[in-house]
Amino acid sequence: MNFEISLIWESLPKIAEGAELTVRLHLLSLVFGTVLALGLVLMRISGIAILSWPAFAYIYVFRGTPLLVQVFLIYYGLAQFEFIRASPLWIILREPFWCAIIAFSLNVAAYTAEILRGGIQGVDQGLHEAGRALGLSTSQRFIHVTAPIAIRLSLPAYGNEMISLMKGTALVSLITMYDITGVARTIMARTFAPYEIFISAAIVYLGLTWLIQRAIAHAERRFSRYVRA
Amino acid sequence: MADKTSAAMIQLDRVTKSFGSFQALKGVDLAIERGQKVVVCGPSGSGKSTMIRCINRLEEHDGGRIVVNGIELTTSVKDIDAVRREVGMVFQQFNLFPHLTAAENLMLAPRLVRKIPRKEARELAMHYLERVHIPEQADKYPAQLSGGQQQRVAIARSLCMKPEIMLFDEPTSALDPEMIKEVLDVMVELARDGMTMIVVTHEMGFARSVADVVVFMDNGEIVEQAPPQDFFHQARSERTKAFLSRILTH
Ligand SMILES: Nc1ncnc2c1ncn2[C@@H]1O[C@H](COP(=O)(O)OP(=O)(O)O)[C@@H](O)[C@H]1O
Ligand SMILES: [Mg+2]
Repeated sequence: MNFEISLIWESLPKIAEGAELTVRLHLLSLVFGTVLALGLVLMRISGIAILSWPAFAYIYVFRGTPLLVQVFLIYYGLAQFEFIRASPLWIILREPFWCAIIAFSLNVAAYTAEILRGGIQGVDQGLHEAGRALGLSTSQRFIHVTAPIAIRLSLPAYGNEMISLMKGTALVSLITMYDITGVARTIMARTFAPYEIFISAAIVYLGLTWLIQRAIAHAERRFSRYVRA
Repeated sequence: MADKTSAAMIQLDRVTKSFGSFQALKGVDLAIERGQKVVVCGPSGSGKSTMIRCINRLEEHDGGRIVVNGIELTTSVKDIDAVRREVGMVFQQFNLFPHLTAAENLMLAPRLVRKIPRKEARELAMHYLERVHIPEQADKYPAQLSGGQQQRVAIARSLCMKPEIMLFDEPTSALDPEMIKEVLDVMVELARDGMTMIVVTHEMGFARSVADVVVFMDNGEIVEQAPPQDFFHQARSERTKAFLSRILTH
Protein backbone atom coordinates (compact mmCIF):
# COMPACT_ATOMS: atom_id res chain seq x y z
CA MET A 1 0.00 0.00 0.00
CA ASN A 2 1.33 3.42 -0.72
CA PHE A 3 0.51 6.27 1.57
CA GLU A 4 0.91 9.80 0.32
CA ILE A 5 1.14 12.29 3.11
CA SER A 6 0.97 15.15 0.65
CA LEU A 7 -2.53 14.02 -0.33
CA ILE A 8 -3.67 14.82 3.20
CA TRP A 9 -2.58 18.43 2.85
CA GLU A 10 -3.79 18.75 -0.70
CA SER A 11 -7.29 17.59 0.09
CA LEU A 12 -7.58 19.68 3.26
CA PRO A 13 -8.77 22.92 1.58
CA LYS A 14 -11.52 21.14 -0.35
CA ILE A 15 -12.66 19.28 2.73
CA ALA A 16 -12.55 22.41 4.80
CA GLU A 17 -15.03 23.89 2.32
CA GLY A 18 -17.39 21.11 3.36
CA ALA A 19 -16.91 22.32 6.91
CA GLU A 20 -19.02 25.35 6.13
CA LEU A 21 -22.07 23.15 5.64
CA THR A 22 -21.19 21.10 8.71
CA VAL A 23 -21.01 24.23 10.84
CA ARG A 24 -24.26 25.63 9.48
CA LEU A 25 -26.09 22.37 10.15
CA HIS A 26 -24.56 22.22 13.60
CA LEU A 27 -25.34 25.75 14.73
CA LEU A 28 -28.87 25.89 13.34
CA SER A 29 -29.79 22.52 14.84
CA LEU A 30 -28.29 23.54 18.18
CA VAL A 31 -30.30 26.75 18.30
CA PHE A 32 -33.60 25.16 17.26
CA GLY A 33 -32.99 22.06 19.37
CA THR A 34 -32.10 24.02 22.48
CA VAL A 35 -35.14 26.27 22.22
CA LEU A 36 -37.31 23.19 21.81
CA ALA A 37 -35.54 21.58 24.77
CA LEU A 38 -36.51 24.48 27.03
CA GLY A 39 -40.16 23.88 26.24
CA LEU A 40 -39.77 20.14 26.64
CA VAL A 41 -38.06 20.32 30.01
CA LEU A 42 -40.68 22.72 31.34
CA MET A 43 -43.36 20.26 30.22
CA ARG A 44 -41.41 17.35 31.66
CA ILE A 45 -41.05 18.88 35.13
CA SER A 46 -44.41 20.62 35.18
CA GLY A 47 -46.00 17.91 37.30
CA ILE A 48 -49.03 18.10 35.01
CA ALA A 49 -49.62 14.70 33.45
CA ILE A 50 -50.94 15.87 30.08
CA LEU A 51 -47.76 17.92 29.66
CA SER A 52 -45.15 15.70 31.24
CA TRP A 53 -46.18 12.44 29.56
CA PRO A 54 -45.93 13.66 25.97
CA ALA A 55 -42.55 15.19 26.82
CA PHE A 56 -41.44 11.94 28.40
CA ALA A 57 -42.59 9.92 25.37
CA TYR A 58 -40.93 12.32 22.95
CA ILE A 59 -37.62 12.16 24.80
CA TYR A 60 -37.82 8.39 25.03
CA VAL A 61 -38.43 7.99 21.29
CA PHE A 62 -35.72 10.37 20.14
CA ARG A 63 -33.09 9.12 22.54
CA GLY A 64 -34.02 5.52 21.93
CA THR A 65 -33.60 5.43 18.14
CA PRO A 66 -30.50 5.99 16.00
CA LEU A 67 -30.02 9.45 14.60
CA LEU A 68 -29.56 7.92 11.16
CA VAL A 69 -32.98 6.30 11.34
CA GLN A 70 -34.47 9.65 12.31
CA VAL A 71 -32.78 11.37 9.36
CA PHE A 72 -33.99 8.68 6.94
CA LEU A 73 -37.52 8.71 8.31
CA ILE A 74 -37.79 12.43 7.75
CA TYR A 75 -35.99 12.60 4.41
CA TYR A 76 -37.26 9.44 2.72
CA GLY A 77 -40.21 8.56 4.93
CA LEU A 78 -42.18 11.79 4.81
CA ALA A 79 -41.80 12.00 1.03
CA GLN A 80 -43.91 8.83 0.77
CA PHE A 81 -47.01 10.69 1.77
CA GLU A 82 -48.94 12.30 -1.03
CA PHE A 83 -50.50 14.89 1.26
CA ILE A 84 -47.08 16.03 2.41
CA ARG A 85 -45.86 16.42 -1.12
CA ALA A 86 -49.01 18.40 -1.86
CA SER A 87 -48.68 20.62 1.18
CA PRO A 88 -46.77 23.92 1.37
CA LEU A 89 -44.41 22.20 3.82
CA TRP A 90 -43.00 20.31 0.87
CA ILE A 91 -40.93 23.34 -0.05
CA ILE A 92 -38.97 22.65 3.10
CA LEU A 93 -39.28 18.89 3.34
CA ARG A 94 -37.96 18.19 -0.12
CA GLU A 95 -34.68 19.89 0.77
CA PRO A 96 -32.18 17.51 2.33
CA PHE A 97 -30.72 20.48 4.22
CA TRP A 98 -33.95 21.24 6.05
CA CYS A 99 -34.75 17.58 6.61
CA ALA A 100 -31.38 17.24 8.30
CA ILE A 101 -31.96 20.37 10.38
CA ILE A 102 -35.34 19.05 11.49
CA ALA A 103 -33.99 15.61 12.39
CA PHE A 104 -30.98 17.00 14.25
CA SER A 105 -33.01 19.64 16.07
CA LEU A 106 -35.57 17.12 17.24
CA ASN A 107 -32.79 14.83 18.40
CA VAL A 108 -30.79 17.54 20.17
CA ALA A 109 -33.96 18.72 21.87
CA ALA A 110 -34.52 15.31 23.45
CA TYR A 111 -30.99 15.03 24.80
CA THR A 112 -30.75 18.64 25.90
CA ALA A 113 -34.08 18.43 27.71
CA GLU A 114 -32.69 15.56 29.77
CA ILE A 115 -29.45 17.45 30.41
CA LEU A 116 -31.36 20.50 31.60
CA ARG A 117 -33.62 18.36 33.76
CA GLY A 118 -30.51 16.97 35.45
CA GLY A 119 -29.23 20.50 36.00
CA ILE A 120 -32.54 21.64 37.46
CA GLN A 121 -32.67 18.67 39.80
CA GLY A 122 -29.12 19.39 40.87
CA VAL A 123 -30.11 22.75 42.35
CA ASP A 124 -30.01 22.55 46.13
CA GLN A 125 -33.46 22.14 47.65
CA GLY A 126 -32.46 24.59 50.38
CA LEU A 127 -32.34 27.40 47.81
CA HIS A 128 -35.97 26.75 46.91
CA GLU A 129 -36.89 26.93 50.55
CA ALA A 130 -34.99 30.16 51.02
CA GLY A 131 -36.80 31.58 47.99
CA ARG A 132 -40.18 30.46 49.28
CA ALA A 133 -39.47 31.85 52.73
CA LEU A 134 -38.60 35.20 51.12
CA GLY A 135 -41.94 35.21 49.32
CA LEU A 136 -40.69 34.57 45.77
CA SER A 137 -43.27 32.98 43.49
CA THR A 138 -42.64 29.71 41.69
CA SER A 139 -41.79 31.44 38.42
CA GLN A 140 -39.58 34.02 40.15
CA ARG A 141 -37.66 31.22 41.84
CA PHE A 142 -37.29 29.40 38.55
CA ILE A 143 -36.07 32.40 36.60
CA HIS A 144 -33.81 33.98 39.19
CA VAL A 145 -32.52 31.03 41.19
CA THR A 146 -33.02 27.66 39.53
CA ALA A 147 -32.28 28.55 35.92
CA PRO A 148 -28.92 30.28 36.33
CA ILE A 149 -27.62 27.53 38.58
CA ALA A 150 -29.05 24.74 36.42
CA ILE A 151 -27.38 26.21 33.34
CA ARG A 152 -24.00 26.08 35.00
CA LEU A 153 -24.59 22.51 36.13
CA SER A 154 -25.71 21.52 32.63
CA LEU A 155 -22.81 23.04 30.71
CA PRO A 156 -20.36 20.10 30.73
CA ALA A 157 -22.99 17.63 29.53
CA TYR A 158 -24.27 20.17 27.02
CA GLY A 159 -20.73 20.51 25.68
CA ASN A 160 -20.63 16.77 25.10
CA GLU A 161 -23.94 16.98 23.30
CA MET A 162 -22.59 19.76 21.07
CA ILE A 163 -19.64 17.60 20.13
CA SER A 164 -21.68 14.51 19.46
CA LEU A 165 -24.10 16.50 17.31
CA MET A 166 -21.17 17.87 15.34
CA LYS A 167 -20.05 14.34 14.59
CA GLY A 168 -23.63 13.30 13.90
CA THR A 169 -23.89 15.85 11.09
CA ALA A 170 -21.68 13.52 9.02
CA LEU A 171 -24.85 11.52 8.34
CA VAL A 172 -26.00 14.13 5.83
CA SER A 173 -23.44 12.76 3.42
CA LEU A 174 -25.89 9.84 3.09
CA ILE A 175 -28.67 12.11 1.91
CA THR A 176 -26.80 13.75 -0.95
CA MET A 177 -25.13 16.59 0.88
CA TYR A 178 -21.54 17.75 0.72
CA ASP A 179 -20.46 18.36 4.26
CA ILE A 180 -16.97 17.41 5.46
CA THR A 181 -17.69 13.71 5.10
CA GLY A 182 -19.63 14.19 1.86
CA VAL A 183 -16.74 16.05 0.26
CA ALA A 184 -14.27 13.47 1.55
CA ARG A 185 -16.32 10.70 -0.03
CA THR A 186 -16.34 12.34 -3.44
CA ILE A 187 -12.61 12.96 -3.36
CA MET A 188 -12.08 9.38 -2.31
CA ALA A 189 -14.20 8.12 -5.19
CA ARG A 190 -11.84 9.98 -7.52
CA THR A 191 -8.50 9.22 -5.87
CA PHE A 192 -9.10 5.83 -4.22
CA ALA A 193 -7.04 7.04 -1.26
CA PRO A 194 -9.33 6.42 1.72
CA TYR A 195 -6.64 6.82 4.40
CA GLU A 196 -5.31 10.15 3.36
CA ILE A 197 -8.68 11.65 2.60
CA PHE A 198 -10.35 10.54 5.78
CA ILE A 199 -7.37 11.54 7.86
CA SER A 200 -7.82 14.91 6.32
CA ALA A 201 -11.52 14.86 7.24
CA ALA A 202 -10.65 13.77 10.77
CA ILE A 203 -8.28 16.72 11.12
CA VAL A 204 -11.03 19.14 10.15
CA TYR A 205 -13.45 17.51 12.62
CA LEU A 206 -10.86 17.70 15.37
CA GLY A 207 -10.41 21.39 14.61
CA LEU A 208 -14.14 21.96 15.03
CA THR A 209 -14.21 19.92 18.22
CA TRP A 210 -11.39 22.02 19.58
CA LEU A 211 -13.37 25.20 18.87
CA ILE A 212 -16.43 23.78 20.63
CA GLN A 213 -14.37 22.80 23.64
CA ARG A 214 -12.91 26.27 23.82
CA ALA A 215 -16.36 27.82 23.65
CA ILE A 216 -17.70 25.57 26.39
CA ALA A 217 -14.69 26.15 28.62
CA HIS A 218 -15.21 29.88 28.19
CA ALA A 219 -18.90 29.61 29.06
CA GLU A 220 -18.11 27.45 32.08
CA ARG A 221 -15.67 30.04 33.35
CA ARG A 222 -18.22 32.79 32.91
CA PHE A 223 -20.97 30.89 34.66
CA SER A 224 -18.76 29.67 37.49
CA ARG A 225 -17.10 32.92 38.47
CA TYR A 226 -18.99 32.72 41.71
CA VAL A 227 -17.96 29.16 42.57
CA ARG A 228 -14.27 29.85 42.92
CA ALA A 229 -13.37 31.29 46.25
CA MET B 1 -59.58 34.14 57.70
CA ALA B 2 -58.21 37.12 59.58
CA ASP B 3 -58.45 36.78 63.31
CA LYS B 4 -57.42 40.05 64.90
CA THR B 5 -58.91 39.14 68.26
CA SER B 6 -56.03 36.84 69.10
CA ALA B 7 -53.48 38.79 71.11
CA ALA B 8 -50.62 36.43 70.38
CA MET B 9 -48.24 37.13 67.51
CA ILE B 10 -47.96 33.45 66.81
CA GLN B 11 -50.52 30.96 68.01
CA LEU B 12 -50.36 27.20 67.54
CA ASP B 13 -53.37 25.16 68.66
CA ARG B 14 -53.10 21.37 68.73
CA VAL B 15 -51.00 21.41 65.58
CA THR B 16 -50.31 18.03 64.03
CA LYS B 17 -48.19 17.07 61.06
CA SER B 18 -47.47 13.67 59.58
CA PHE B 19 -45.00 12.52 56.97
CA GLY B 20 -46.72 9.48 55.53
CA SER B 21 -47.63 7.32 58.50
CA PHE B 22 -45.08 8.99 60.76
CA GLN B 23 -46.45 11.72 63.00
CA ALA B 24 -43.77 14.37 63.44
CA LEU B 25 -45.96 16.80 65.42
CA LYS B 26 -48.47 15.34 67.84
CA GLY B 27 -50.60 18.29 68.87
CA VAL B 28 -48.37 21.26 69.60
CA ASP B 29 -49.72 24.26 71.54
CA LEU B 30 -47.66 27.41 71.65
CA ALA B 31 -48.46 31.10 72.04
CA ILE B 32 -45.88 33.78 71.43
CA GLU B 33 -46.44 37.46 72.04
CA ARG B 34 -45.10 40.38 70.07
CA GLY B 35 -41.43 40.92 70.85
CA GLN B 36 -40.99 37.64 72.70
CA LYS B 37 -37.95 35.47 72.12
CA VAL B 38 -38.48 31.75 72.27
CA VAL B 39 -35.67 29.24 72.25
CA VAL B 40 -36.62 25.72 71.17
CA CYS B 41 -34.41 22.78 72.05
CA GLY B 42 -34.73 19.04 72.07
CA PRO B 43 -33.15 15.92 70.65
CA SER B 44 -32.62 15.46 66.95
CA GLY B 45 -35.77 14.30 65.21
CA SER B 46 -38.07 15.68 67.90
CA GLY B 47 -39.94 17.94 65.44
CA LYS B 48 -38.29 21.33 66.08
CA SER B 49 -37.67 22.08 62.44
CA THR B 50 -41.05 20.75 61.42
CA MET B 51 -42.76 23.03 63.93
CA ILE B 52 -41.10 26.24 62.83
CA ARG B 53 -41.36 25.31 59.15
CA CYS B 54 -45.11 25.00 59.61
CA ILE B 55 -45.19 28.59 60.83
CA ASN B 56 -44.15 29.97 57.42
CA ARG B 57 -45.73 27.11 55.54
CA LEU B 58 -42.59 25.44 54.25
CA GLU B 59 -44.47 22.45 55.68
CA GLU B 60 -48.22 22.18 55.66
CA HIS B 61 -49.74 21.14 59.00
CA ASP B 62 -52.57 18.64 58.77
CA GLY B 63 -54.45 19.33 61.97
CA GLY B 64 -55.03 22.16 64.45
CA ARG B 65 -54.66 25.88 63.83
CA ILE B 66 -51.77 28.22 63.20
CA VAL B 67 -52.40 31.95 63.39
CA VAL B 68 -49.57 34.38 62.58
CA ASN B 69 -50.10 38.06 63.34
CA GLY B 70 -53.82 37.64 62.92
CA ILE B 71 -53.66 35.59 59.74
CA GLU B 72 -54.71 31.98 59.93
CA LEU B 73 -52.65 29.64 57.77
CA THR B 74 -55.05 27.89 55.47
CA THR B 75 -54.60 26.68 51.92
CA SER B 76 -55.29 30.19 50.66
CA VAL B 77 -52.33 31.33 48.60
CA LYS B 78 -53.02 34.93 49.52
CA ASP B 79 -52.78 34.16 53.22
CA ILE B 80 -49.60 32.16 52.77
CA ASP B 81 -48.00 35.05 50.88
CA ALA B 82 -49.16 37.42 53.58
CA VAL B 83 -47.65 35.27 56.31
CA ARG B 84 -44.38 34.91 54.41
CA ARG B 85 -44.14 38.68 54.24
CA GLU B 86 -44.33 38.79 58.04
CA VAL B 87 -41.93 35.96 58.72
CA GLY B 88 -38.24 35.73 57.94
CA MET B 89 -36.32 32.48 58.18
CA VAL B 90 -32.68 31.61 58.69
CA PHE B 91 -31.48 28.09 57.92
CA GLN B 92 -28.73 25.92 59.30
CA GLN B 93 -27.15 25.66 55.84
CA PHE B 94 -27.45 29.44 55.13
CA ASN B 95 -29.02 28.74 51.72
CA LEU B 96 -27.57 31.85 50.11
CA PHE B 97 -28.03 32.07 46.35
CA PRO B 98 -24.53 31.08 45.21
CA HIS B 99 -24.67 32.89 41.87
CA LEU B 100 -25.45 36.25 43.45
CA THR B 101 -23.19 38.52 45.47
CA ALA B 102 -24.00 39.24 49.09
CA ALA B 103 -25.72 42.50 48.15
CA GLU B 104 -27.60 40.85 45.28
CA ASN B 105 -28.80 38.14 47.65
CA LEU B 106 -30.31 40.86 49.79
CA MET B 107 -31.75 42.79 46.86
CA LEU B 108 -33.52 39.94 45.08
CA ALA B 109 -36.68 39.59 47.14
CA PRO B 110 -37.22 43.33 47.71
CA ARG B 111 -36.94 43.90 43.98
CA LEU B 112 -39.11 40.99 42.89
CA VAL B 113 -41.65 40.83 45.69
CA ARG B 114 -41.86 44.43 46.81
CA LYS B 115 -40.99 45.91 43.39
CA ILE B 116 -38.40 48.27 44.79
CA PRO B 117 -36.17 49.88 42.14
CA ARG B 118 -32.65 48.57 41.88
CA LYS B 119 -30.96 51.62 43.36
CA GLU B 120 -33.17 51.73 46.44
CA ALA B 121 -32.83 47.99 46.87
CA ARG B 122 -29.07 48.40 46.87
CA GLU B 123 -29.31 51.08 49.57
CA LEU B 124 -31.59 48.83 51.60
CA ALA B 125 -29.12 45.97 51.19
CA MET B 126 -26.20 48.11 52.31
CA HIS B 127 -28.18 49.26 55.33
CA TYR B 128 -28.76 45.70 56.48
CA LEU B 129 -25.24 44.54 55.66
CA GLU B 130 -24.07 47.29 57.98
CA ARG B 131 -26.42 46.02 60.63
CA VAL B 132 -24.73 42.63 60.48
CA HIS B 133 -21.32 44.33 60.36
CA ILE B 134 -20.13 43.23 56.91
CA PRO B 135 -20.82 46.09 54.48
CA GLU B 136 -17.33 45.58 53.04
CA GLN B 137 -18.31 42.11 51.81
CA ALA B 138 -21.23 43.41 49.72
CA ASP B 139 -19.80 42.47 46.36
CA LYS B 140 -18.40 39.07 47.22
CA TYR B 141 -20.03 35.81 46.30
CA PRO B 142 -21.09 33.43 49.09
CA ALA B 143 -18.28 31.01 48.23
CA GLN B 144 -15.80 33.79 49.02
CA LEU B 145 -17.19 34.33 52.53
CA SER B 146 -16.61 32.44 55.76
CA GLY B 147 -19.48 30.46 57.27
CA GLY B 148 -20.10 33.12 59.89
CA GLN B 149 -20.20 35.84 57.27
CA GLN B 150 -22.53 33.78 55.10
CA GLN B 151 -24.95 33.28 57.94
CA ARG B 152 -24.91 36.99 58.72
CA VAL B 153 -25.67 37.73 55.07
CA ALA B 154 -28.54 35.24 55.32
CA ILE B 155 -29.90 37.05 58.38
CA ALA B 156 -29.61 40.39 56.62
CA ARG B 157 -31.35 38.95 53.57
CA SER B 158 -34.36 38.06 55.70
CA LEU B 159 -34.34 41.43 57.44
CA CYS B 160 -34.49 43.22 54.08
CA MET B 161 -38.09 42.06 53.77
CA LYS B 162 -38.81 43.83 57.09
CA PRO B 163 -40.42 40.84 58.76
CA GLU B 164 -42.23 41.08 62.10
CA ILE B 165 -41.04 37.65 63.10
CA MET B 166 -37.75 35.82 62.58
CA LEU B 167 -37.40 32.06 62.66
CA PHE B 168 -33.96 30.53 63.13
CA ASP B 169 -33.38 26.82 62.55
CA GLU B 170 -30.09 25.87 64.23
CA PRO B 171 -28.35 28.93 62.76
CA THR B 172 -24.98 28.11 64.28
CA SER B 173 -24.92 24.32 63.98
CA ALA B 174 -23.05 24.30 60.68
CA LEU B 175 -20.43 26.80 61.86
CA ASP B 176 -16.91 26.32 63.12
CA PRO B 177 -16.74 27.19 66.83
CA GLU B 178 -14.80 30.42 66.29
CA MET B 179 -17.60 31.79 64.08
CA ILE B 180 -20.53 31.02 66.32
CA LYS B 181 -20.13 34.13 68.42
CA GLU B 182 -20.27 36.62 65.54
CA VAL B 183 -23.61 35.15 64.48
CA LEU B 184 -25.03 34.96 68.00
CA ASP B 185 -23.99 38.59 68.58
CA VAL B 186 -26.03 39.69 65.59
CA MET B 187 -28.98 37.70 66.90
CA VAL B 188 -28.66 39.26 70.34
CA GLU B 189 -28.71 42.72 68.78
CA LEU B 190 -31.78 41.79 66.83
CA ALA B 191 -33.44 40.58 69.99
CA ARG B 192 -32.63 43.87 71.72
CA ASP B 193 -34.27 45.77 68.90
CA GLY B 194 -37.51 44.03 69.79
CA MET B 195 -37.85 41.44 67.06
CA THR B 196 -40.18 38.52 67.76
CA MET B 197 -37.96 35.47 67.44
CA ILE B 198 -38.17 31.71 67.53
CA VAL B 199 -34.73 30.17 67.67
CA VAL B 200 -34.05 26.46 67.47
CA THR B 201 -30.63 26.10 69.04
CA HIS B 202 -28.60 24.20 71.58
CA GLU B 203 -26.62 27.32 72.47
CA MET B 204 -27.78 27.44 76.06
CA GLY B 205 -25.78 30.57 76.80
CA PHE B 206 -27.87 32.36 74.19
CA ALA B 207 -31.04 30.89 75.70
CA ARG B 208 -30.09 32.15 79.16
CA SER B 209 -29.30 35.67 78.11
CA VAL B 210 -31.94 36.28 75.45
CA ALA B 211 -34.90 33.92 75.76
CA ASP B 212 -38.17 34.85 77.42
CA VAL B 213 -39.27 31.27 77.15
CA VAL B 214 -37.37 28.05 76.58
CA VAL B 215 -39.32 25.23 74.96
CA PHE B 216 -38.24 21.62 75.16
CA MET B 217 -39.55 19.27 72.50
CA ASP B 218 -39.32 15.52 72.37
CA ASN B 219 -40.98 13.01 70.12
CA GLY B 220 -43.24 15.51 68.34
CA GLU B 221 -44.51 17.18 71.50
CA ILE B 222 -43.71 20.18 73.62
CA VAL B 223 -42.71 18.56 76.90
CA GLU B 224 -41.92 21.65 78.86
CA GLN B 225 -41.85 25.41 78.45
CA ALA B 226 -40.64 27.91 81.00
CA PRO B 227 -38.59 31.08 81.45
CA PRO B 228 -34.89 30.22 81.28
CA GLN B 229 -34.10 30.42 84.98
CA ASP B 230 -36.92 27.96 85.81
CA PHE B 231 -36.16 25.82 82.79
CA PHE B 232 -32.51 25.32 83.66
CA HIS B 233 -32.85 25.00 87.42
CA GLN B 234 -36.17 23.37 88.09
CA ALA B 235 -37.15 21.41 85.04
CA ARG B 236 -40.09 19.23 85.95
CA SER B 237 -40.01 16.45 83.44
CA GLU B 238 -37.48 13.64 83.55
CA ARG B 239 -37.01 13.86 79.79
CA THR B 240 -36.04 17.53 80.07
CA LYS B 241 -33.63 16.83 82.89
CA ALA B 242 -31.99 14.00 81.00
CA PHE B 243 -31.65 16.18 77.92
CA LEU B 244 -30.22 19.10 79.89
CA SER B 245 -27.70 16.96 81.71
CA ARG B 246 -26.49 15.72 78.34
CA ILE B 247 -26.05 19.08 76.65
CA LEU B 248 -24.89 21.10 79.63
CA THR B 249 -22.01 18.79 80.50
CA HIS B 250 -20.06 19.72 77.40
N1 LIG C 1 -39.79 15.75 54.58
C1 LIG C 1 -39.83 14.74 55.47
N2 LIG C 1 -40.25 13.51 55.09
C2 LIG C 1 -40.31 12.50 55.96
N3 LIG C 1 -39.97 12.60 57.26
C3 LIG C 1 -39.58 13.79 57.72
C4 LIG C 1 -39.46 14.91 56.83
N4 LIG C 1 -39.03 15.97 57.56
C5 LIG C 1 -38.86 15.52 58.81
N5 LIG C 1 -39.19 14.22 58.92
C6 LIG C 1 -39.15 13.41 60.12
O1 LIG C 1 -39.86 14.10 61.12
C7 LIG C 1 -39.19 14.01 62.36
C8 LIG C 1 -38.92 15.37 62.91
O2 LIG C 1 -37.96 16.00 62.07
P1 LIG C 1 -37.42 17.46 62.36
O3 LIG C 1 -38.56 18.37 62.57
O4 LIG C 1 -36.47 17.79 61.29
O5 LIG C 1 -36.66 17.23 63.74
P2 LIG C 1 -35.59 18.17 64.45
O6 LIG C 1 -35.52 19.47 63.72
O7 LIG C 1 -36.08 18.31 65.84
O8 LIG C 1 -34.30 17.43 64.41
C9 LIG C 1 -37.92 13.18 62.11
O9 LIG C 1 -38.16 11.86 62.51
C10 LIG C 1 -37.73 13.27 60.63
O10 LIG C 1 -37.13 12.11 60.16
MG1 LIG D 1 -33.93 20.31 62.66
